[in-house]
Amino acid sequence: MRLTRVYRFCASHRLHAPELSEAENAEMYGKCNNPYGHGHDYVLHVSVSGEPDAGTGRIVNPALLDRYVQERVLRIFDHRDMNQDVPDFEGVPTTENLAYDVARRLRANWEGTFGRAAALDRVFVQETPRNTFELRMRG
Amino acid sequence: MLLTRRAEFSASHSCYNYALSEQQNRDLYGEYPGSHGHGHNYVVEVTLEGEPDAVTGMVVDLKLLKEVIQREVVDPMDHRHLNYEVQPFSTVVPTAENVAKEIWTRLEPHLRFDNAKLHSVRLYETEDQYVDFTGGR
Repeated sequence: MRLTRVYRFCASHRLHAPELSEAENAEMYGKCNNPYGHGHDYVLHVSVSGEPDAGTGRIVNPALLDRYVQERVLRIFDHRDMNQDVPDFEGVPTTENLAYDVARRLRANWEGTFGRAAALDRVFVQETPRNTFELRMRG
Repeated sequence: MLLTRRAEFSASHSCYNYALSEQQNRDLYGEYPGSHGHGHNYVVEVTLEGEPDAVTGMVVDLKLLKEVIQREVVDPMDHRHLNYEVQPFSTVVPTAENVAKEIWTRLEPHLRFDNAKLHSVRLYETEDQYVDFTGGR
């Protein structure tokens, strides 16, 4: 069974690959390459799989998950510029890379926080209602 | 092929568990002793997996699926207090996880067809929290 909680954060980014020329960047990323960047209201789904505890009826304590996501992800990204304000972001801040980055941050102390019974199963990021990105960790 | 039918019901529940301490209850469920609970507009998405029938072109008759969901889930749960009026929630804590499991248990026997079977139940407790259950463990 899988439980999903949904979070929101607002952040800006500029898509620009240092390996490419100005012209190639403009061609590849279009408006997303405009020099001062732009922002989105991102929606993040974090899914946890496991069996509900026989006593509590819960896979994971939602309040604990909320605190963990707040500390590991929302605090880092909300009302920030990914290119300037998140120095350990790896790669061009496309939403593909954002999903990997969020997953990396969530994995970092996952077992220490939630144990092995509740597994990080899926990270789903909506950049706009028309663009969504889904990362499956298990199967 | 996957086919999904959606239904809604509004119900109240209380997730106080007397086996746990007051502090644990507050932390886990945000509930207080003696609480009569609160309500949600639940949304359930019932997904069947199968192949369209060669003659009808349908995986399942949606009218039949709608009737099964209505009879087995919506009628007994809509505008009810789950703990007081819907079994097994007098003894099982009606978390989203346990309600999704119960919905699966109620639907599955009625959704066995030659060309299709129940694939998953997704239950939204709120827009920001949902559970997926695919049966078994």
